[in-house]
Amino acid sequence: MANDSITLTVEPGEIHALLGENGAGKSTLMNVLYGLLQPDEGEIVVDGETVRFKSPRDAIAAGIGMVHQHFMLVPVFTVAENVMLGAEQVRGGPLGFLDRRRARQRVIEVSRRYGLEVDPDSVVEDLPVGVQQRVEIVKALSREIDLLILDEPTAVLTPHETDELLEVMRGLKAAGKSIVFITHKLREVKAVADRITVIRRGRCVRTTTPDTSEEELAALMVGRAVRLDVQKTPAQPGEPVLSVRGLVVHDERGQRAVDGVDLEVRAGEVLGIAGVQGNGQTELVEAIMGLRPVRAGSVVLGGETVTNRRTRDILRAGVGYIPEDRSADGLVADFTVAENLVLDTYDRPPYGSKLVLDSDAIEAGARDMIARFDVRTSSPNAPVATLSGGNQQKVIVARELARPLKLLVAAQPTRGVDVGSIEFIHQQIVAERDRGTAVLLVSSELDEVLGIADRIAVMCGGRILATVPADTPREEIGLLMAGISVDEEAVP
Amino acid sequence: MTTAPPEQSPPAEVGPGGAGGQGGPQAAAGQAFLPVFVRNLWSANTVTVSVLAIVLAMLFGGVLILVSDEEVLAAFGYFFAAPSAALTESWRAVSEAFTNLFKGAILDPEQIGALAQGSGSWERVLQPISETLTYAAPLIFTGLAVALAFRGGLFNIGAQGQALLGAIGAGVLGFALGLPPVLHMLVALLGAALAGAAWGFVPGILKARTGAHEVITTIMLNYTAALFLAWLIVQRGIQDPNRTDAISKPVHRSSYLLDLPGPSLRANLGIVLAVLACAAIAWLLNRSTFGFELRAMGSNPDAARTAGMGVARTYVLVMGISGALAGLGGATVVLGTEHTLTPQVIGQIGFNGILVALLGRARPWGVLLGGLLFGALQAGGNRMQSYAQISVELVTVLQAMIVLFIAAPAFVKTIFQLRAARAARLETSVAKGW
Amino acid sequence: MSTAVADLTTTAAEAHRYWTRNRITGAVLVVAGLAAAVVFGALATDRDARFTLSEDAAGVALSVNGTVGAVIFGLIAAGAGGALFATAARRWYTLLLGLAIGAVVVSSLCWQVSSAPGDLNYMPLVDVARGTFNAALPLIFGALGGVLCERSGVINVAIEGQLLMGAFAGALVGTLAASAVAGLLAAAVAGLLISAVLAVFAIRYLVDQVVLGIVLNLFAVGLTGFLYERLMQQDAARYNEPVGFGVWRIPVLSEIPVIGPVLFEAHLFLYLALAAVVVIHIGLFHTRWGLRTRSVGEHPVAADTLGVRVRGTRYRNVLLGGVVAGIGGAFYTLFLVSQFTKNMVGGKGFIALAAMIFGRWSPTGALLAALFFGFADKLATYLGAIASPIPSQFLNMLPYLATILAVAGLVGRVRAPAADGKPYVQG
Repeated sequence: MANDSITLTVEPGEIHALLGENGAGKSTLMNVLYGLLQPDEGEIVVDGETVRFKSPRDAIAAGIGMVHQHFMLVPVFTVAENVMLGAEQVRGGPLGFLDRRRARQRVIEVSRRYGLEVDPDSVVEDLPVGVQQRVEIVKALSREIDLLILDEPTAVLTPHETDELLEVMRGLKAAGKSIVFITHKLREVKAVADRITVIRRGRCVRTTTPDTSEEELAALMVGRAVRLDVQKTPAQPGEPVLSVRGLVVHDERGQRAVDGVDLEVRAGEVLGIAGVQGNGQTELVEAIMGLRPVRAGSVVLGGETVTNRRTRDILRAGVGYIPEDRSADGLVADFTVAENLVLDTYDRPPYGSKLVLDSDAIEAGARDMIARFDVRTSSPNAPVATLSGGNQQKVIVARELARPLKLLVAAQPTRGVDVGSIEFIHQQIVAERDRGTAVLLVSSELDEVLGIADRIAVMCGGRILATVPADTPREEIGLLMAGISVDEEAVP
Repeated sequence: MTTAPPEQSPPAEVGPGGAGGQGGPQAAAGQAFLPVFVRNLWSANTVTVSVLAIVLAMLFGGVLILVSDEEVLAAFGYFFAAPSAALTESWRAVSEAFTNLFKGAILDPEQIGALAQGSGSWERVLQPISETLTYAAPLIFTGLAVALAFRGGLFNIGAQGQALLGAIGAGVLGFALGLPPVLHMLVALLGAALAGAAWGFVPGILKARTGAHEVITTIMLNYTAALFLAWLIVQRGIQDPNRTDAISKPVHRSSYLLDLPGPSLRANLGIVLAVLACAAIAWLLNRSTFGFELRAMGSNPDAARTAGMGVARTYVLVMGISGALAGLGGATVVLGTEHTLTPQVIGQIGFNGILVALLGRARPWGVLLGGLLFGALQAGGNRMQSYAQISVELVTVLQAMIVLFIAAPAFVKTIFQLRAARAARLETSVAKGW
Repeated sequence: MSTAVADLTTTAAEAHRYWTRNRITGAVLVVAGLAAAVVFGALATDRDARFTLSEDAAGVALSVNGTVGAVIFGLIAAGAGGALFATAARRWYTLLLGLAIGAVVVSSLCWQVSSAPGDLNYMPLVDVARGTFNAALPLIFGALGGVLCERSGVINVAIEGQLLMGAFAGALVGTLAASAVAGLLAAAVAGLLISAVLAVFAIRYLVDQVVLGIVLNLFAVGLTGFLYERLMQQDAARYNEPVGFGVWRIPVLSEIPVIGPVLFEAHLFLYLALAAVVVIHIGLFHTRWGLRTRSVGEHPVAADTLGVRVRGTRYRNVLLGGVVAGIGGAFYTLFLVSQFTKNMVGGKGFIALAAMIFGRWSPTGALLAALFFGFADKLATYLGAIASPIPSQFLNMLPYLATILAVAGLVGRVRAPAADGKPYVQG
């Protein structure tokens, strides 16, 4: 059950924040409100009238618009075409010839009125993410809506773009619109919300006002005192294991996603890379692992240059990799748990040779890893798709940590994972560090980085702005994440 | 639908199979076996759906027969005056067709009777099965080719072209070389496999290097191969010097596939090789490291790449092996039955191989059964054409419909009102785009 | 397109930077052009190559000395190649490539026509043009049908089957009703019926669309073959002698040299085809229907959230595509041959598929690609008639090889509608 008897009221001209962790049920609720899902029980009342939304069309007709977390824009269309889709300006009667001139005018009119600059003729796939989001908002506003739902809008924005967005929201409120603002970021909520509803595990926990403290809000969201610190002893760093110098990596569109990065990870320490998602962290990790070509610069592992080597060779050299998207890159859904546990070791002893697999050895090894890493599964031969998200992640962790490593690269290791598994995985990472392995941790959850890392490198706009010790105050790191480097504390 | 980051899902039900149906064996323990068996039988599991798909296709085939039979149509003309006449005519038409189908494919009971009386021969008793096996062998090869590629996530529609190249290779080596009997056959088969592999490598390399979708490239190469064959046959040195039509020199006897004694028993070594190939491919898929990589890639190429597997290299190898198998299919036809090259020598075995692979759900032993079924239909269809005057094209229709219904199990389920199966894994390959 | 798995190393990436696509193609074309000039020039005779503006040897002709022509056009091709090599701009690519290829073709024609035996050293342009259009016509209809389907996100490999069913129905009803128009309508309905099966199984039952297309092709071949043997072969007069369409002549306009007889003294199908190209083009890019169709083919989720009915749009487009392709099939039996024979489409449906892809899923692109392929087809026949050493089969391979080059990215980038082939599951 994603939503369990939730009651929500939104007043006109108010910004109502819907606060909750990943997976709490916020998006489900909003999808019902927007007509994408049908409720099993309960009702929606708009302006005093009970309504049933069978599709987004009905919701739009009732004055409700939504900007999704993953944009609903047709990449090859222009801005004007995207905005007019579904409510096209036409002439010529039933033939429906598009009136592009009027469509462009509408875009310009809406964008000027609410301070959202967009060019109606540019093609969406060429626009940066922040501008695409503006297009989405223009699209919603152009349909005479009274209530705008924003689903995690700041997940892909820099702190500067986030501030701009919050300003836009205030402007909309002044124009009499209501906003439902879904997020899990406490600071934003306190900055603009008039009222806050906290949702946890599909239930409405409380509706409150912004003068509630951050600690209390966080506790409401999570349900118990949040233990953000992992117990660990101080690090004993040794020789540098991974050295990255002047790395330049391009993204799919040929632009520099990683723009000259230097970093170094020593044996026995955790270097955490903090930063908002989308600042080059993904490309950096992929380049180190040989999954993306390096255009300039070098990657040196234990004294050996491994730039642009094949992924297989890098893994063989003693590198473990926890990819950020486990279902896309980490696991083969049709395989069993055992097969996934040997996904990168199947062709070497003891699990196999270049020609043949040793299925007995694989099963025995799998049982061992399942036990050691507390993977809850009915059997090693169960399909891995039957496991929960947290256990699936543990399979990946088990796979990588069960072999001797020089370097562990962990990208978003606890995304979409239940709290119990999060703790377990954090402990395993620290234990690996204590064994003398160098750990490169990349996470967009600042709390995770602050909890585990020994040193923190803040990444913004494809560069490392500064590398700071783990006890640096949160505000300083926040500024760095926003691209503002206060003083050059470049700790290599 | 938004694709939010993977949400935390509750721990899965612990239990075998687990697609929440009518309770597992634990629940059934207290009940009698037979009701449970029947209930599970009439659910949308793989076997039931396959059988019902065949039944449904046969029904449709029956309707076609009726609709195009002059006497039946005439009888229906005065249906209200003499309804029984219409029904008996219908029954006659349909049963004549299907009994001949059976007799041509499996066994003609009259021949057994004749044998017992001393007027028949073993040859005539075995002939239907021999025909079935003869038609089945190349289909099993091309079916394996497509099935193997499927498991690797590739859609090899080029089995027709690869089989053509294999036929060309076998044919040319068959009449160009002069070697002792078994050796000649082996060399010709090897040549066929290599030729087919080459024709499979091309789309594989194109996909690996440029991302060109293999469906498009293989379709184009099919027709290229057919045109190449048409050109080759009439070239000097290839064309039979005693003929003016488009036919090549006949292959030497020494390259023929060993076959059964008796002039009307056409079954040959091809079927044995096909079964061996099934076993080999089954081993390759399930027990070898290459098979592990292939299956990983077929299921999730990104995860395979992230785990260090060389995806591009595997694509090329898979297409190569697939091409080799299809090439062997073509060789089976040339060295086993036709013994010469003509533009139509391999018929449609490449395209039918796709159907066979789908029928067998891309599993080697499924392909074997599927190939036998299609071979039976072809053999039976020939007899149906001679004895009941029903065009053998009906067989093509039946084959297409069987595969259509198997590929859409939900359709069969709706038509027959089957219950949801306990562990239904019915989908063929996941629908993918260009 | 599926994601490429090109394992590029840094060295290869750097090497690519000098040898851009323009440079590689340009260099190849320069070599080809020079080779044409030299080889064709040497092989050509001193006789004239006559390109008559009529259907036969008579009438006004553009004459050029064989050797001279071969050399000059070869050099033009090399020149175009050089220009491509020198320029970095991407928009000249198609134009210069087309120019170069055209020049090489003309160069080789100068050689072949001038070396034709006896007094066959002429090429009747009107005949060639008309033949090109006739060869291209089923391709145009088939490709347009494919475009309608695929632009909304449903892969259509069943064009061959649709054409065949249309041809069969046209012949059958055209005979039974003794009316060409009735035959045409029946062809449209037949195409509609088979694409209805495609639509239902693809959209509702989520069957893999390529599989579906192949199965439907085989089904159509079997069904029409079966009914042909049962009905038409038994009694041709009753089932297989359809009334066909004739040729219409538009006065004045049909006097224009070359274009006149070809375009203005033609049959219904030509006009229908050209009209269809225009209508569908305008429809797709300038109407609400077109915008919604394209959105469903590119990003159905987005379209759905804006209230566009994804499945309804797809059904409608697939059925419409079937109608168009069915009409294309009728061309065979209601004009070209006036009777149905088994498997008479003979693989043209797959060339239509190639034309759709080569034409980048656009109606005008499909038209141009179909004309290109039709020209190759006609040229093969013509060269056979003048006993040219070039085997016709290799010319017939041209559409297929060209499409392979296109999808391999060597003739420009070819991108299918983003959601093509992916069934839409709500929620």
